[in-house]
Amino acid sequence: MTADQAEEPTRRDFLYIATGTVGAVGAGALAWPFIHQLNPDASVKALASIEVDISAIGEGAAVTVTWRGKPVFIRHRTAAEISAAGEVKIEELRDPQADKDRVQKPEWLIMVGVCTHLGCVPLGQKGDFGGWFCPCHGSHYDTSGRIRKGPAPNNLAIPEYVFLDDGRVKIG
Amino acid sequence: MSGHSEFQPTSAPVKWLERRLPILSLMHGAAVAFPTPKNLNYWWTFGGILMFCLGVQIITGVILVMHFTPHVDMAFSSVEHIMRDVNYGWLIRYIHSNGASMFFLAVYIHMFRGLYYGSYKEPRELIWILGMVIYVLMTAAAFFGYVLVWGQMSFWGATVITNLFGAIPLVGDFLLSLLWGGFSVDNPTLNRLFSLHYLVPFLIAGVVVLHIWALHVPGNNNPLGIDVKGPQDTVTFHPYYTIKDTFAVVMFMIFFALFVFYMPNALGEPDNYIEANRLSTPAHIVPEWYLLPFYAILRSIPDKLLGVIAMGIAIFVLFLVPWLDTSKVRSARFRPLYKQFFWLFLIDALILGYIGAKPAEGMYLVIGRIATAYYFLHFFIILPVLGLVETPKPLPESISKSVLDKSAAGKAA
Repeated sequence: MTADQAEEPTRRDFLYIATGTVGAVGAGALAWPFIHQLNPDASVKALASIEVDISAIGEGAAVTVTWRGKPVFIRHRTAAEISAAGEVKIEELRDPQADKDRVQKPEWLIMVGVCTHLGCVPLGQKGDFGGWFCPCHGSHYDTSGRIRKGPAPNNLAIPEYVFLDDGRVKIG
Repeated sequence: MSGHSEFQPTSAPVKWLERRLPILSLMHGAAVAFPTPKNLNYWWTFGGILMFCLGVQIITGVILVMHFTPHVDMAFSSVEHIMRDVNYGWLIRYIHSNGASMFFLAVYIHMFRGLYYGSYKEPRELIWILGMVIYVLMTAAAFFGYVLVWGQMSFWGATVITNLFGAIPLVGDFLLSLLWGGFSVDNPTLNRLFSLHYLVPFLIAGVVVLHIWALHVPGNNNPLGIDVKGPQDTVTFHPYYTIKDTFAVVMFMIFFALFVFYMPNALGEPDNYIEANRLSTPAHIVPEWYLLPFYAILRSIPDKLLGVIAMGIAIFVLFLVPWLDTSKVRSARFRPLYKQFFWLFLIDALILGYIGAKPAEGMYLVIGRIATAYYFLHFFIILPVLGLVETPKPLPESISKSVLDKSAAGKAA
């Protein structure tokens, strides 16, 4: 053995490494299906977007719909709420974002109703800023759903959505 | 476990662990330095192949449970959900369903190898018995798993198999209601079989540990069936048999993949793709191929209780083989008569398997009865008598001498 090892790489060394490589690639390829099966399946993905009729939601009212297993708040904001959201100085925010960047139409605020702290559902029209208040650990959100006070690090998330026409919105 | 381990820890963490839990030296003694007869052929690789099969079934099974719903209204459609919706679900289910067949194929080869080379004889009786315990647990696990799919064959197979227990006098009805949790095979039955299907593989894994533990006391039998006389008769398990077993497992995987990718339903029954219907029994009801010989024995006896007893004895008699075989010579290589009866028995088992798949009528019934009679004749008459009347061929001096003679003869030729 010692004499062999002192020599240049032998055919046996080559076969050993080549076999090991094929084995490693094969094991990796085989591992993928066993990991990928944990990802959302076709039946979950098929329900990944929803359409909501918003024509009946009057000014100052809101509905909560379920999307991908989470609540989505659709709020028809009042003029006072819109102007309050627009007047906030962006520099003062923990997660700076202008109100106009959080909406497609100013009167419709559509966001995922999950507190960015630890996942509870905030209560609407509560808290120090007239927006949302999370009862779990006391995070306060303003009328644009931005974090203003409390432990949450980020603003309430905005889902992907499009207005199909004046009365319908497609979320996801 | 026997086998002198020269395991000498050098690094500090290994020394630390070794003083507290000598698991590395145990593994070293059992799977690295373990002295193994140097003449084992490829039939001896099926032990390793079977460990691979058990691993495959447990891994794919745990994954399938993540997507399966054990309820009579949803079980069948959740299996279709696995096949159509779950990412690579078809692959994982086909590996699991064909894996059961591969597991049985390998275990039958392993058992027939033991019968041919006399691996069950003194001092290896308990290894054989533990192996039989594993086999019985495997048949239970296979049956439970087959029911979970909740197709027509699942449901009617479950009905027929559970009704076997109803044949037992006095306690039959009591056992049936324990199995069913109701008045027929229904949701409670599905739920308890699901629970047991998850339990049994781990029981098998436990008995496998005992099986290997018991094996490592006398060490492996070998194709010559003679005892190891010293270090010249053995090689270390690693690298010689780890490599041989790995190569055999890779070959086996190719065969396995052939079924999974090219004929995944070849070994299954089409009727099981029809959801269970308690009002209609399929015209032709058969178990999976690996249980057909016992099914043939059951059907060849025209009496409910006696049929069940015959089938029970057909399995139980295998536990007694170490004592039914009266010959001291292990390997069939040196038993000219037993060698012939071994092959006759193998053919008989295959005939029973063929008959089990056919309807119980006409010639099939006649052949089935003859084959059933021969099955019992083999164990209860031929095996004990052969040992008394047969003159074995002379045994070689040692494994080492036999190997060297063979290699010398090879060089001369």
